[in-house]
Amino acid sequence: MNIIVNGQPHEVTKATLADMLSELDFTSPAIATALNGRFVPREDYSETSLSEGDRLEVLAPMQGG
Amino acid sequence: MQLYGTDISSRLLLGTAQYPSPAVLRAAIEASRAEVITLSLRRETVGGSGAGFWEFLKDSDCRILPNTAGCHSVQEAVVTAQMARELFGTDWIKLEVIGNSNTLQPDVFGLVEAARILCADGFKVFPYTTDDLVVGEKLLEAGCGLLMPWGAPIGSGQGLRNPDALRAMRAHFPDIPLIVDAGIGRPSDATRAMELGLDAVLLNTAVAKAGDPALMAQAMVQAIEAGWNGYIADPMDPRDMAVPSTPTLGMAELI
Repeated sequence: MNIIVNGQPHEVTKATLADMLSELDFTSPAIATALNGRFVPREDYSETSLSEGDRLEVLAPMQGG
Repeated sequence: MQLYGTDISSRLLLGTAQYPSPAVLRAAIEASRAEVITLSLRRETVGGSGAGFWEFLKDSDCRILPNTAGCHSVQEAVVTAQMARELFGTDWIKLEVIGNSNTLQPDVFGLVEAARILCADGFKVFPYTTDDLVVGEKLLEAGCGLLMPWGAPIGSGQGLRNPDALRAMRAHFPDIPLIVDAGIGRPSDATRAMELGLDAVLLNTAVAKAGDPALMAQAMVQAIEAGWNGYIADPMDPRDMAVPSTPTLGMAELI
């Protein structure tokens, strides 16, 4: 299945967001996600399934003003 | 001062971006004695780049104020705020909805709409706004407990472009915390903001881009304390003509 992760195309095999984050090597606990422009809480990762063409954003803390 | 019921003794809120190194950032935070620092969220790289930075700041005693910098729409800002709440474990959010890429001025219409949504969802919103009184009223109606008017465009270092408008805000919102956010370039700008009666200053570039950020952070906090004390001390009114400060009574006749 092809999805867009942080603006880049990726091919993934896992179905749930929790498994997919591991597959994509997002290992840090300090991340937050949005799927197709909507926030996905951490507790929903294992019940959230992705579909072909979905847009996933994975954000981390960064310096800011 | 109290921000959303939390006692904050430092009137300098400091941004964490653009420092030459993490060590310099750390030194600047210490020198500033800031209790509130701002952070943002950006795309994670595979393997994790943000985590190390976050671990370093999590160890500080500072309260985290995440921002929605770079968001140009209500939806972007609201979703970013929701992600920030989970990531940083705080319901404080510095709400930016940018209306123009060149001036980075707030889209006040989107700002009010996003503030309404976030306040209803339990966020403690710190809105980056203009010095417009009506927009300020709308933000308070939306549920904001403080206002953050700009001094000048973000990162411009121009100081206070419209001190009269800030003075009017102070008079119009006597009991609402007012924090000058953006535009401060020099310590004297910060002093002036405090002398106008504003409660605090949020700045970043003025410290980060100084030749010696830690020394500038120290200068800024001293300037802010001086300005605030000067405001509280109730300054004299200016006079058109000179008035002798040394007593004239008892002057000798020497010619």
